[in-house]
Amino acid sequence: MHNPQLNANGELTHLLSTEGLPRAIMTQILDTAASFMEVSAREVKKVPLLRGKSVFNLFFENSTRTRTTFEIAAKRLSADVINLDIGRSSTAKGETLLDTIDNLCAMHANLFVVRHASSGAPYLIAEHLRRIGRDDIHVVNAGDGRHAHPTQGLLDMYTIRHYKQDFSNLRVAIVGDILHSRVARSDIHALTTLGVPEVRAIGPETLLPKHLDKLGVHVFHDMAEGLRDCDVVIMLRLQNERMNGALLPSAGEYFRHYGLTPQKLALAKPDAIVMHPGPMNRGVEIHSAVADGPQAVILPQVTFGIAVRMAVMSIVAGN
Amino acid sequence: MLPTDPLPDAEAQCRQLAELIRPLLPNDPVLVGIYSGGAWIAERLGELLGLDQEIGLIDVSFYRDDFAEKGLHPQVKPTLIPFEIEGRHIVLVDDVLYTGRTTRAAINELFDYGRPASVSLAVLADRGGRELPVAATWQVWAVELAPEQSLVLEKQEQGQLAWRLENA
Repeated sequence: MHNPQLNANGELTHLLSTEGLPRAIMTQILDTAASFMEVSAREVKKVPLLRGKSVFNLFFENSTRTRTTFEIAAKRLSADVINLDIGRSSTAKGETLLDTIDNLCAMHANLFVVRHASSGAPYLIAEHLRRIGRDDIHVVNAGDGRHAHPTQGLLDMYTIRHYKQDFSNLRVAIVGDILHSRVARSDIHALTTLGVPEVRAIGPETLLPKHLDKLGVHVFHDMAEGLRDCDVVIMLRLQNERMNGALLPSAGEYFRHYGLTPQKLALAKPDAIVMHPGPMNRGVEIHSAVADGPQAVILPQVTFGIAVRMAVMSIVAGN
Repeated sequence: MLPTDPLPDAEAQCRQLAELIRPLLPNDPVLVGIYSGGAWIAERLGELLGLDQEIGLIDVSFYRDDFAEKGLHPQVKPTLIPFEIEGRHIVLVDDVLYTGRTTRAAINELFDYGRPASVSLAVLADRGGRELPVAATWQVWAVELAPEQSLVLEKQEQGQLAWRLENA
């Protein structure tokens, strides 16, 4: 089957999803990121790899943090970064997505970082570039709808590997609103590909997608049961709008059942790590004592995220 | 001269190279090996010269000039410079000096860490074929090879360094 992320030589040319990403390429991204961690610790936090290249941040949906981490990553690779506030510009005037892309290609773009509320938008762009014969332009998905957020998934894998060394003996729980979470989907595909033997999903029935078991995920509705003996706990952000959609009674009720407190965390392994993609809702999905506690690796995730994005951009730009 | 069979003993060449570098010792030099062959040689030289300072290791993948043609090397190793570069006398160590492009990349990378007092280059083999104005400060083996041949330094099972000649 044609894999739109890979070129004819099987090399990564766009990063669209962790689904269908070969294990060897995931490992290459994580290994390369480890080298970029060293670059970020230097006095001069910059290497000349993407000197003269133009990286366009196309955020059709707002996300200051993700956009900033991509911007930092591109700048540390010496690329020129152009941030387009799409919501307020051409799209608002009625231009189609692909017309916007054609215009940016005419401005000699080399790489698009795309965040879009619609699932599949980065695929559409990659497919368009292939059709017009621009295999020298690359696309990195920075989150599309409910579908995928592959750089977050990969930085989560980097974090797990950093603290747990390897994936082959782990029990990983993902807690919260998995139904609406592109992070959860990207994590599940990456964890499975990298050989994690037990992936758990914990949440209320209304926030878990059906057929999770077909992805090899064990489903739990009871937090205490699901957390038992886990090595890694990935908390998801509870989006406030879910409360209005009648999916949940209230934030307080949610916290009582699925909020990660020190008491609930004590059921996981004593050396379990707690992750969160941010931004956190303290007192909704996570208790401050956990978020600021010794098992939380939420801030290191942010640091690793820059190195992982540097790795992804430099690998795709070279292929 | 053309390479003879058997190829010279790389371990003996390391000892010769150490003797060439020894006069620099009063300057308190530090060694920086270029992955992977140069890193092994730097390790040897550090032992042979009795240097206290840990050696530095450099992977030039992020500084190569052929990124546009070849992309990123699939196995990048982290550069490790466990000392201040500023004002130090650096001995850059590599196994084979050929086009000079790796040396150029390594010098650029070093300067992102600071301004050394001096940089010299120590190599086991110089096979000519320079494409940049780069010369080794010390070399022990000048060898002529056909363009399709390449000289590879290997670490054998017992940790012994040895040459292998590859024909593309």
